[in-house]
Amino acid sequence: MFDLVSFIPRAVMQGVPLLYGCVGEIYTEKSGNLNLGIPGIMYVGAIGGVTGAFLYEEHAAEMNGLLAVLIPLLSCILASLLMGLIYCFLTVTLRANQNVTGLALTTFGVGVGNFFGGSLVKLSNSDVPSIALSTTSKFFKTSLPFADKFGAIGKVFLSYGFLVYLSLAIAFFSAWLLKKTRVGLHLRSVGENPATADAVGINVIKYKYIATCAGSVIAGLGGLYYIMDYANGVWSNNGFGDRGWLAIALVIFTVWNPASAVPASLLFGGLYILNLFLPTGAHMAVKELYKMIPYVVTLAVLVIVSMKKKRENDPPASLGQSYFREDR
Amino acid sequence: MTTNTPVVKLRGITKSFGGRKANDDIWLDIYRGEILALLGENGSGKTTLMNILTGLYYPDSGTIYLNGEETVIRSPKDALDRGIGMIHQHFKLVDVFSAAENIVLGNEGKLDMEKAKSDIREICKKYGFAVDLDQKVYDMSVSQKQTVEILKVLYRGADILILDEPTAVLTPQETDRLFMILRSMRDAGKAIVIITHKMNEVEELSDRVAILRHGQFVGDMLTKDTNAQEMASLLIGRPVELNIERPDPVDPQPRLEVKDLTVTSEDGVLKLDHVSFTAYSGEILGIAGISNSGQKELLEAIAGLQPVDAGTITYLAPDGTNDELIGKDPFDIAKMGITLSFVPEDRLGMGLVANMDLSDNMMLRSYRKGRTAFLNKKDPRRLAENVVSDLSVDTPGITVPVRTLSGGNIQKVLVGREIAAAPTVLLTAYAVRGLDINSSYTIYDLINRQKRNGVAVIYVGEDLDVLLELSDRILVLCGGKVSGIIEGRNAQKRDVGLMMTKLGGGISDAT
Repeated sequence: MFDLVSFIPRAVMQGVPLLYGCVGEIYTEKSGNLNLGIPGIMYVGAIGGVTGAFLYEEHAAEMNGLLAVLIPLLSCILASLLMGLIYCFLTVTLRANQNVTGLALTTFGVGVGNFFGGSLVKLSNSDVPSIALSTTSKFFKTSLPFADKFGAIGKVFLSYGFLVYLSLAIAFFSAWLLKKTRVGLHLRSVGENPATADAVGINVIKYKYIATCAGSVIAGLGGLYYIMDYANGVWSNNGFGDRGWLAIALVIFTVWNPASAVPASLLFGGLYILNLFLPTGAHMAVKELYKMIPYVVTLAVLVIVSMKKKRENDPPASLGQSYFREDR
Repeated sequence: MTTNTPVVKLRGITKSFGGRKANDDIWLDIYRGEILALLGENGSGKTTLMNILTGLYYPDSGTIYLNGEETVIRSPKDALDRGIGMIHQHFKLVDVFSAAENIVLGNEGKLDMEKAKSDIREICKKYGFAVDLDQKVYDMSVSQKQTVEILKVLYRGADILILDEPTAVLTPQETDRLFMILRSMRDAGKAIVIITHKMNEVEELSDRVAILRHGQFVGDMLTKDTNAQEMASLLIGRPVELNIERPDPVDPQPRLEVKDLTVTSEDGVLKLDHVSFTAYSGEILGIAGISNSGQKELLEAIAGLQPVDAGTITYLAPDGTNDELIGKDPFDIAKMGITLSFVPEDRLGMGLVANMDLSDNMMLRSYRKGRTAFLNKKDPRRLAENVVSDLSVDTPGITVPVRTLSGGNIQKVLVGREIAAAPTVLLTAYAVRGLDINSSYTIYDLINRQKRNGVAVIYVGEDLDVLLELSDRILVLCGGKVSGIIEGRNAQKRDVGLMMTKLGGGISDAT
């Protein structure tokens, strides 16, 4: 019998980093910036949080729960914001090629993460090549005290740390913001047709900067969640895997809708760990095949989405292009 | 009407782009309750001037007075806030937004679509617009998009409206409706500026004309005190003849026979429905129709670029042999003497490569010639030089990328290359789109020269006046069907316009 009650929480925990990354990239892409630096930004967001938490754990005699959460949170936001600013400065202000900039940022981000990660491992004089921030992680994982009382329902819906609920809130808020508000309308117009937006007095540069930086911060939170909650506060170099790339693929899967990113990232989270739920004794090869599922589904989705021609499902029309008013 | 004071006064406006003066000390007055036509050739600085007035460009020197007060316009938003709105030639609309969303774009405050829609409906009622506010822009016809553009600036409270070539893409009926709306806005006290190349529209619509030449202000006058001939002479700077020649065809022979041609586009839309006609040598067959009625597919099918569902296209060569063109590739067809000078909306899309220089673009037709693996660069270079001197292409040399040339000159290069291949059938589409009077007449002249040489010319055009003056026969397409084929010499514009919108024009029973 398939154990749904233990499967769903695992799927949720796998899905949340994807959700953060996906929603962050949706903001970015809605402003017309294709940020392939998301994997790097999530990695930097994670190491930012880890560094903050490490310093606090080292220096604080008595750990304060609120500070133990706030310090990593703020250092994570700061680190990923910095990455977003680098991307914006290069692609919006200097109008560099977005693909190249994004890929460079991913390489750079992984390098930065590994450098700081390695340094922290050295500082902590640990025997294994990883840092364990279990105290901080405990605060991040604090769930509602009464979750246990509700049995299966409590386990499926209420057993998570606050970053999980925050990701859902951000996703639904973003959907509302993009669809129903003037800011959303303006942002979409910037990504679709910046010349039009400019002509009616929308500050294209400002929208691109703010949306891309906000997107980076949201994506960075995904990295923080992965380390502090999912991985129980254990950082090891290159431990983040290819979640950043999956998040970018999810953007297309969800046709740029943050609300559909919620079920989509849960689905992908589930597919990601499906192999762990195979009956014991399953052949190794079968396991490897199961591990392929998320990628196969991504490919299949890309095919289906591009076959179904509907203008609303197209990427923002000016995605990947830099905007220059006097360009003719 | 001119007794009131000008609402806009431009004084000594100068703007240079890289050393070239696009606007040189321009003085211009715009009055309320008046339609001003701004005339000038391509590159005479009309659009630059209006872009300065709407804040897209900042003048190097000069002053703008609004209602008598010196005003600095820093951005399009600045201009809109002061009541100046521009309807651009290339519409500035977001395709995936609805009409209403496009209209409210850029406004401040809380987004209340219902209130916005009722406000917009109010404006529609006042001036007589008909528009579905929930329709997506990508589903709209050109004229509907234009309506949205006009509503957009009206909704923002503009009372100075600038329209950049508003009729370039409209049918005669749509043009009439637009003019009606413009007149009702004028009567409501708005100041209206239209930029146009078409003399008959200037005469029909405007109250006053202002003329620019090479970035300088030549003069302005009341429309009723002048005529097309005088205006054209002023804007070109020398007397010009405004009649298009139409020599009688000499010994017309059937050259191209199209029978029951049926084409379906990739997404399953029927583009051509049993189209049949014959094109004769030494004759210009004009093709009229609302944009997207199958003109593109027709030409591409003949040139071998478009897969065909059914029908035949027979080429009757001058030596008496017959060939079926369907199933042949463009290279084979071109070798038989059928050349396509196709000018889609994006002139550089299919005809020329923007980043290659003139002589390399010439080579696109000849690169397969020669026996060695190396390209023959000498002949294309000579051809480029010939085209430049024969058609007086204004270019610094034949080694500059064509993208740096102006629209008219790019067009001359393209047509020059196609004609150099000595075709027996010449297909042209929108050959003069966006070209000024002078360049347009050069192109008409080139086409007529080909006709005299016995070439069968198929001319797809959008300016009905020109089609009626140039073509020996006119084939009218309506929704992919042949609405009728009429003699060019005694065709009436109104009839053609009706045939474009309704099969057979509703005059006789459509068969």
